[in-house]
Amino acid sequence: MNRQEKEEYLREYALLKAQGKPFFPYAVAKDSIMAVIVMAVIITMSIVLGAELGPKADPTTTTYVPRPEWYFFFLFELLRIIKPPELVPLATIGIPTICMILMILVPFVDRSPERRPERRPIATTFGIFVIAAMAYLTYLGANAGSPNEIEREPPAQIAAAGGQELAHWEAGKQVTAQSGCLACHKIGENGNDGPGPPLTEIGARLPKEALARTLINPTAPMPSFQDLPPEKFDALVDFLATLK
Amino acid sequence: MKLKLPAPPIPEQLKPAPRRPGERKPSASDTLKEGGTSAVAWVDERTSLSGGARWMMFRKVPKGTNWFYTLGSATMFAFLNQAMTGVFLAMYYDPSPTNAYESTRFITNEAFLGEFVRGMHKWGSTVMVILIFLHMGRTFFFGAYKYPRELNWVVGAILLILTMVMSFTGYLLPFDQRSYWATIVGVNINGTGPLVGPYLSDFLRAGPDFGATTLSRFYAIHMLLIPGLIAALIGAHLYLVAKLGTTAPPWLKAESDPELRKESK
Ligand code: HEC
Ligand code: HEM
Repeated sequence: MNRQEKEEYLREYALLKAQGKPFFPYAVAKDSIMAVIVMAVIITMSIVLGAELGPKADPTTTTYVPRPEWYFFFLFELLRIIKPPELVPLATIGIPTICMILMILVPFVDRSPERRPERRPIATTFGIFVIAAMAYLTYLGANAGSPNEIEREPPAQIAAAGGQELAHWEAGKQVTAQSGCLACHKIGENGNDGPGPPLTEIGARLPKEALARTLINPTAPMPSFQDLPPEKFDALVDFLATLK
Repeated sequence: MKLKLPAPPIPEQLKPAPRRPGERKPSASDTLKEGGTSAVAWVDERTSLSGGARWMMFRKVPKGTNWFYTLGSATMFAFLNQAMTGVFLAMYYDPSPTNAYESTRFITNEAFLGEFVRGMHKWGSTVMVILIFLHMGRTFFFGAYKYPRELNWVVGAILLILTMVMSFTGYLLPFDQRSYWATIVGVNINGTGPLVGPYLSDFLRAGPDFGATTLSRFYAIHMLLIPGLIAALIGAHLYLVAKLGTTAPPWLKAESDPELRKESK
């Protein structure tokens, strides 16, 4: 906006304001009604939905679903969609940071005097695009599969061996299922495709020692599983090694 | 100096009739009213606050102000709800790794109205996030971030970021499996960021690992640092709103002054 446009705006605004009503009581009345509605909604949600408390946090086990509050789903989904490892930092911090900076800079980027949404096609399209993208990512995040079920049959020779060996394999499968790996990895048809690589054939790619090293000392954002009890950890590694 | 309130817009018949001189003695309620007025006058004589109150409350809002303009104050009320319920939760909550879960369980299952207050805090956060995005959408599509309100948009954007930090730090506090693991992953994600990422993660965790002080650090950030900043910034935001006035809906044009029209005839 140049100087003349600024002055025009201020003049026009002064007129509109002079033709308006006092804040008290007119706007205050609307604001109060809205405040009552907001409180009523919060109270109703609290009564109907309650406040659940899951099992106590336990750094050494299992059955966790690393899911953030729903309004962070769109960030988590971004991670899932952008997979090449060299791009992961971009997805996790890069894009959110760029979005935050862009958001702060909006008034300095768009400095035209026009305010009507239908006459600001670029800004309006951009706004609708951002809303649609966030809504879509949130929807994807909300529908990401439940990450603790693996349908997989034991390999032939383990099934044939039966007994202890089979039990060890089943235990490993259970630990894998309960440790939330599927939130970030795909095993066969189960789990989410990303942010981690699929583990369907991980046994063919990595030897046991490398698997154990990855689990103890993973690359972020994968959490470390070094606190699992040794027998569970061994079962987990042995199970992964059979995935070929 | 007396504070003069404008007459509220109620029908003529409902307005209290003024007392005629000599009609009857001042009643108890009249005395009370006068006492109240003089107490306010006493404070005002020493603080001159009435000027500020008048400036804030009796400014005009432009023609066409509609329900979309209540979203900002609705966000503020949701924040106040978080502050109030948070105070009650803090009375019972203990931010140590050994007791955090137990104290949350006590709030939920045993404290009087505990689950209700915790529910209001939990769902209040969702409502606040929705409202803040709606309010931001309103100001965006109405072009309200343009001259002279650029700075107010910037303050608002920082408020949005701080609100998201609130929900991130608050999510850990119940210390159940879900919140624990979600936060570990969240902090790790921070750690992958360029340059400051690893430092930010170490700061959040209070060290290279998730340890005993992590929880109290999250708690201090969640209940002292960020709410203080948010409250201060809401103050700045509202000061700018009152100073600059709220926009009129962008499709409205001012009618030319009827006085001027008369003259030009
Ligand atoms: C928060 C998401 C997340 C969770 C949960 C997770 N991982 Fe990962 N994992 C990743 C990511 C991301 C990578 C890729 C890291 C890299 O770029 O090196 C990875 C890599 C791996 C690798 C190395 C793959 C390769 O091809 O080099 C293995 C093996 C692995 N994960 C196993 C597991 C197991 C087993 C579990 C459960 C006990 C698990 N992960 C849980 C995110 C996760
Ligand atoms: C804690 C969060 C916030 C609170 C309590 C708050 C409160 C308010 C209030 C009460 C108003 C008066 C007009 C109205 O209600 O629409 C307002 C105006 C405004 N807000 Fe916010 N707000 C918050 C967050 C934001 C955010 C995230 C943005 C955008 C990035 C923003 C940008 C603006 C702008 C530009 C105005 C001027 C609007 C106009 O003049 O029409 N605010 N805010």
